[in-house]
Amino acid sequence: MAIAEITPELVAEHGLTAEEYARIREILGRPPTLVELGIFSVMWSEHCSYKSSRLHLRKFPTEAPWVVCGPGENAGVVDIGDGRVAVFKMESHNHPSFIEPYQGAATGVGGILRDVFTMGARPVAVLDALRFGAPEHPRTRHLVAGVVAGIGGYGNCVGVPTVGGETGFHRAYDGNILVNAMCVGIAEKDRVFYARAAGVGNPVVYVGARTGRDGIHGATMASAEFSEDAEAKRPTVQVGDPFMEKLLIEACLELMAGDCIVAIQDMGAAGLTSSSFEMAARGGTGIELDLDAVPLREANMSAYEIMLSESQERMLMVIARGREEEARAVFEKWELDFAIVGRVTDTGRMVVRHRGEVVAEVPVAPVSGGSPVLDRPYRLPDPPVPFISDDQTVHLSPREVLLRLLSCPDLCSKRWIWEQYDHSVMADTVAGPGGDAAVIRVHGTDKGLALTIDCTPRYCRADPRTGGRQAVAEAYRNLVAVGARPLAITDCLNFGNPERPEIMGQLVGCIEGMAEACRALDFPVVSGNVSLYNETDARAILPTPEVGGLGLIADLAKRTDLAFDADGLLLVLIGEVTGWLGQSVFQREILGREEGAPPPVDLVLEKRHADFVTAQIAAGRVRACHDLSDGGLAVAMAEMCLASGRGGRLSVPAEAPSLFGWLYGEDQARYLLAVAPEHLRALLEEATAAGVIAREVGVTGGCALIIDGQPPISLEELRRCHEGWLPAWMDG
Amino acid sequence: MRAAVVTFPGSNCDRDLRVAMERVFARPVASLWHAETELPPLDLIGIPGGFSYGDYLRCGAIAARSPIMAEIARLARRGVAVLGICNGFQILTEAGLLPGALVRNLRLSFVCRPVRVTVVTASSPFTNAYRPGRELLLPVAHHDGNYVLEAEELARLEEEDRIAFRYLDNPNGSTADIAGVLGPGRNVLGMMPHPERACDPLHGGEDGIALFRSLLATLT
Repeated sequence: MAIAEITPELVAEHGLTAEEYARIREILGRPPTLVELGIFSVMWSEHCSYKSSRLHLRKFPTEAPWVVCGPGENAGVVDIGDGRVAVFKMESHNHPSFIEPYQGAATGVGGILRDVFTMGARPVAVLDALRFGAPEHPRTRHLVAGVVAGIGGYGNCVGVPTVGGETGFHRAYDGNILVNAMCVGIAEKDRVFYARAAGVGNPVVYVGARTGRDGIHGATMASAEFSEDAEAKRPTVQVGDPFMEKLLIEACLELMAGDCIVAIQDMGAAGLTSSSFEMAARGGTGIELDLDAVPLREANMSAYEIMLSESQERMLMVIARGREEEARAVFEKWELDFAIVGRVTDTGRMVVRHRGEVVAEVPVAPVSGGSPVLDRPYRLPDPPVPFISDDQTVHLSPREVLLRLLSCPDLCSKRWIWEQYDHSVMADTVAGPGGDAAVIRVHGTDKGLALTIDCTPRYCRADPRTGGRQAVAEAYRNLVAVGARPLAITDCLNFGNPERPEIMGQLVGCIEGMAEACRALDFPVVSGNVSLYNETDARAILPTPEVGGLGLIADLAKRTDLAFDADGLLLVLIGEVTGWLGQSVFQREILGREEGAPPPVDLVLEKRHADFVTAQIAAGRVRACHDLSDGGLAVAMAEMCLASGRGGRLSVPAEAPSLFGWLYGEDQARYLLAVAPEHLRALLEEATAAGVIAREVGVTGGCALIIDGQPPISLEELRRCHEGWLPAWMDG
Repeated sequence: MRAAVVTFPGSNCDRDLRVAMERVFARPVASLWHAETELPPLDLIGIPGGFSYGDYLRCGAIAARSPIMAEIARLARRGVAVLGICNGFQILTEAGLLPGALVRNLRLSFVCRPVRVTVVTASSPFTNAYRPGRELLLPVAHHDGNYVLEAEELARLEEEDRIAFRYLDNPNGSTADIAGVLGPGRNVLGMMPHPERACDPLHGGEDGIALFRSLLATLT
């Protein structure tokens, strides 16, 4: 074995600490080769090893009777009845997307699709959570254009609908944007594939695109802070080929219909290294790899480059011995490369050969999952003091405030974005972007899946625990609001540098808050991803634990949405109103302040109100339903009017403590329902019996939104404000 | 009715088109692989949307030169009905079965939204169940749907009543708001909107169904 000179500089360049290097020497009983150093570097990177977060991720509840497979596999799996399962996961592609927005975002979609079809599921929906810097920052417009084109360019070509997500803007993301992509697939319950290499002597097969020099050390890049030289990292961004991905999906699913695949894993971050190590580690086996058999795009690639390349659209499989030709025929039909690159062994060791030489020989278990688990010091922020608002300091009318909020970057219509995504391909999209949750039909049935992504980063910064609870609670509400039974979540935890105790405190606080909410709502975490070091020159992003929720609609005929389907329906507000304006959009956009405590999240109330709304929907009393979140009651009402093309009247009770608090406060656990007058009494009686605060707050009808005592706002003006900002800014 | 839908590598609306046809025809619709050159007897061939061969050349250009297209062109000349939707329309223009070309949308970006179109002619196997002038709501989802053609070709299409559909709110800059055109024998239709995505109340509309009903009534 060639022993390169491993200097302390080389170790540092690989992102490994002196202690970690000492541990590597101890594991091997000798200094590593360069290839081995590269392997440890990526496998022990934050991105692959979760070393800073693993201790805390254990706090998440991950089980429920309907959970088939929780975290640890390529994606989470939940039972949706009729012998079918939903397979889903969310992942970040933040660092690459900042450097090269089109390819970064495109390959983010490609990677998450592979995580799902790897498990035998046909991908049926993609959602994206995007966070950009301030609109006035000189790079923001270019990043928005590139990311949106990249997501569309990939998803549209692959033919999986992009059905929802969220987009926000804040100066804290000026130097580190977030691109989180979630994919959902559907599989037969007894045909889910796992990534556990088994069967000594079984061939290890490489399929898909050829290996090039792109993306080498992408996982290490995603585990370091940016500095001014981010541009210089462009060569570590991968390039996507959605056509290749489409062929790979069809070929893999075709082969999966038979029984010759023993294990399968996509080559994502850290490419061939992580896919082979993870399969062997899960199976408790070893693998011998022959790099001379790997299909290459460029001549003269070194073993180091082949092992660490992050070329896209590649998969690694273990095939049952003797079935190689059957598998090869499928891949040849789809004109994809197919190469036997190794064998499963029972040694528990990874042996890598190249040009007749052993270039790496390491025990599997200590590399995969044997990385140091760090208990990093953390400090939670001081509990913030509630913000006391005073209506007298607001120099705008409630009507002017509403128009301003509806046209602010965070609340304006994102039509300009989602019209660039094919959201109706596969012909099963029942509710696309723009509602509380997207709804897709489970193909060939009357069932639906409801999907949403939510997080309110400003709440998380002010109070991580409350923010974590709120992200989960809002996802739950969004699913309930379309008539779904929430089943489980995936998450993508985006934070700054965990080596700083205050950032680590944000991570720990958010995780604990999320875990409390998941437990209280019986809404377990089945998959997820952590993205740390989202900071540039020591300026971190807002803590952003995105929550991707999935729910089941048993009968699509009983789903709800936010559009009023008639005039004369009565509006009923579910939930308590304290007029909470601390950390609200109102406070930021109108008062120019971002301070105080976020609204408290009472998980008992969340559950009670959700159960009540679910029961009312099931009883057929709810004609429209909307979750209340950013911008509070008045913004929710305006969104319902816009979705339906019908106006309505919103009353302000005389006893409301603050006019602006009533209209724009962000108290949690609230829904706005539209019900036919003949159902009002029964609904209110059942609310009283269930201990739910419900009150009539208005009526639908007309072609304007009228807030009591204010001049009407025509739907036309409402729409102009809501739809106008984003296209105008992008053209600007 | 013997119908089939072609799958090229990169087609992604093949299943959707088959599902819509099977629903209306109430019988199985065959699947044809792009490498096939000997086709069974057929009354209708669907060329679906997607990104055939990745559309890494002009959209539809590679598919138009694939083995199966030579066979489809031969059958089309013999009167077999051929329906090309979205990428299928692009392939039919590239194959010379329909006039004109589809270029990048006027606003340069991909557009996915329901659009209003009118039925211009009911005199075709694809449109005879519609009333001429009827307004339909059909989804579009494309990057290259801007239909361009020479003035004299346009005049000929108009004279021969071969414009099948026109946009009421043109989403891509197409000449004369054209959303769908018929071939000279009226048995070939290319259209950018997706009727197969408007065949179910859950799609938010069923305006596409009559297109398949027209085919069912004419071809059986």
